[in-house]
Amino acid sequence: MAVVVTPWWRNRRLIPWLVQGSVGLALLVLIAFLLGNLVRNLTAAGLLLSWGWLDNPAGFDISETLLPFDAGLPYWRALLAGLVNTLRVVLAGLVGATVLGTLVGVASFSGNGLLRRLARVYVELIRNIPLLLQLLFWYFVVFLALPGGAEAIQLPGVVLAKSGLYLGNPELVNGVWQAPLRLTVEFSALLTGLVVYTAAFIAEVVRGGVASVPGGQWEAARSLGFTPAMTLRRIVLPQALRVIVPALNSQYISLAKNSSLAVACGFTDLYSVAETTLNQTGRAVEVILILLGSYLLLDLLISALMNGLNGLVQLKER
Amino acid sequence: MDTTIRRLRRELFATPLDGLVSIALIALLLAAATAFLRWAFLQAEWAVIQANSTLFAVGRYPLEQQWRLWLLTALLAAATGLSWGLLRGLPHRGRLGRPWPLNDRLAALALATLALVIPAGLGLQPAIQLRWWLLTALLLGVRWAAGRWARLLPPALRRWIPLLWPVLYLLGMVLISGGLGLIQVGPSEWGGLLLTLVQASFAILLCFPLGILLALGRRSELPLLRWGSVLYIEFIRGAPLITLLFLGQNLLGFLLPGGMAPDRVWRAAWVLTLFAAAYVAEAVRAGLAAVPAGQLEAARTLGLPFPQALIHVVLPQALRVALPATVGQFISLLQDTTLLSLIGLLELLGTARAVMANPAFLGRNAEVYLVLAVLFWCCCAALGLGSRALETRLNPYTSTNATTATPAAPAQA
Repeated sequence: MAVVVTPWWRNRRLIPWLVQGSVGLALLVLIAFLLGNLVRNLTAAGLLLSWGWLDNPAGFDISETLLPFDAGLPYWRALLAGLVNTLRVVLAGLVGATVLGTLVGVASFSGNGLLRRLARVYVELIRNIPLLLQLLFWYFVVFLALPGGAEAIQLPGVVLAKSGLYLGNPELVNGVWQAPLRLTVEFSALLTGLVVYTAAFIAEVVRGGVASVPGGQWEAARSLGFTPAMTLRRIVLPQALRVIVPALNSQYISLAKNSSLAVACGFTDLYSVAETTLNQTGRAVEVILILLGSYLLLDLLISALMNGLNGLVQLKER
Repeated sequence: MDTTIRRLRRELFATPLDGLVSIALIALLLAAATAFLRWAFLQAEWAVIQANSTLFAVGRYPLEQQWRLWLLTALLAAATGLSWGLLRGLPHRGRLGRPWPLNDRLAALALATLALVIPAGLGLQPAIQLRWWLLTALLLGVRWAAGRWARLLPPALRRWIPLLWPVLYLLGMVLISGGLGLIQVGPSEWGGLLLTLVQASFAILLCFPLGILLALGRRSELPLLRWGSVLYIEFIRGAPLITLLFLGQNLLGFLLPGGMAPDRVWRAAWVLTLFAAAYVAEAVRAGLAAVPAGQLEAARTLGLPFPQALIHVVLPQALRVALPATVGQFISLLQDTTLLSLIGLLELLGTARAVMANPAFLGRNAEVYLVLAVLFWCCCAALGLGSRALETRLNPYTSTNATTATPAAPAQA
């Protein structure tokens, strides 16, 4: 009886192992090469991995923090203050971008032709200009050019001045504005830039979500006597949210990551503190590990929250 | 005329509320437009752009070597004209080729107008204005000739025309950086738009194949490949680009043996490439997921080896689906090159910030940022338009002419 022997290079069980083995070996060699160099170079520079320096006094000041901070406090407090600043702008940005994005997204379905076109122009304009350029524009051209003192721009409940944004019935006392809540120009510029930029993307997500609901749903609701506003709220939005929420997740994560451009507006966020720390201590590996780890945690946190929200809006099936 | 009024009325004044909203918006737009025009013509000082136009274009590229960049621009103009003319002049999938369709005439007219208006408006030296006119004339001339005589080109030769672009790219890199008998001009002397375009094109060209490999790895049945790809993609996508650029500038020197680490410009280019590859991989993965599993199975059953089945059956379909998302990534990559200014490279935005630090141009932020925004907007919008055109061209179901697209129908007459 003739036995057909499969040559080894066509053996269906052997090939996967060979491929994986060679890829694994190549990766291992690469990693060993990089790590070996890292250890050798760090030893030569006297910078082997250690975390003790985090307790040394930072020696630099942070212009605005929620946690009390001064130059005498250790590096880890500086990094923590930076992280809190990042969280603050991300949180405010998420809320602002969602509100503005939803408004623009819904406006692109308006019966008013002008409003509809303006919504399109907004999205196309903002998405095709780099965020960093927009942040610089908001900071240097808009917020730093605000008039100060009595000439400040006064809106109901809000005053826009060179020295910051004053919220909640501001009053001019001896040429200085006083208000319950003051946002610095740096924070306001960063927040405005992030909100305006992210809202353009969220508007597209919302538009896609609403467009994914079949037109028959609108018609059916109308023929049952629903008003347009009620149709949107009771019929269309619950269905659209199933498409919108998963897509929002990635927009929120990009907002969190984009907040690292704060340095363009002179706002001291985590990245900016980390950069200063590295320049002072030369601890490249540790600082980069802290940076990457923090942003990864922030992303995971947002993802976890959005997954929870997603569970709420998805269709409940038995 | 009557229908226009009726349409306007339906669009803007359908209900009283609509009317109010429209009037408010029109008033707002008019106010914004007058404020902008007043600023642009009365307050803005455009001297900052005029005085630094060379800096914005090429940075500190040595003056006596700049003829190389002009030559490259001329070659690019000729190649663009040739490709444009051939695309239009040759019949494609049921569409008859015509030498000058109406759209192209309008585009040519717009191009000629821009070539006359922009250099004059920027107040460039007459010799440089003349060069831009000649370049435009070259582009349109080659376009005309290619459209006119496209059909005379032997088909065997036509297939090689697309290869012109990679060859031109390599030639361009030689022209820019030197070598082959030309004087070396190191990356530290490149700047402005030149550096932005070099960085973006390098990253776009390399991240695409890398992204395809990563996407295939992520969908592979081999656990090591799959988990390796997943780990890489998620790590990159979890980190802000600026931290990765920071890593590249500060850590790469430690990761490689002394002296092997590339120059700062190339470090940034590699970080951009590796960063974009993870995002392109996700776009391609979505495309791969859209190809039914039966396609691969059928190809394998017909006896195609696995790599060939991938290359000839699965990937063409997957990439067609992934095209819009991939081009979207390229567009954000082009925008992301601005981040290089934060790590001290003098690309377009870095040059702009350096110029504004000059006491002579202090406080001229608005003018400079506006010009950069227009430039970026045009580049990104053009990429988006090109992607949409390519999409319809590649989509087998949207052919305008029915003769080739429809399956043979039973004769009715």
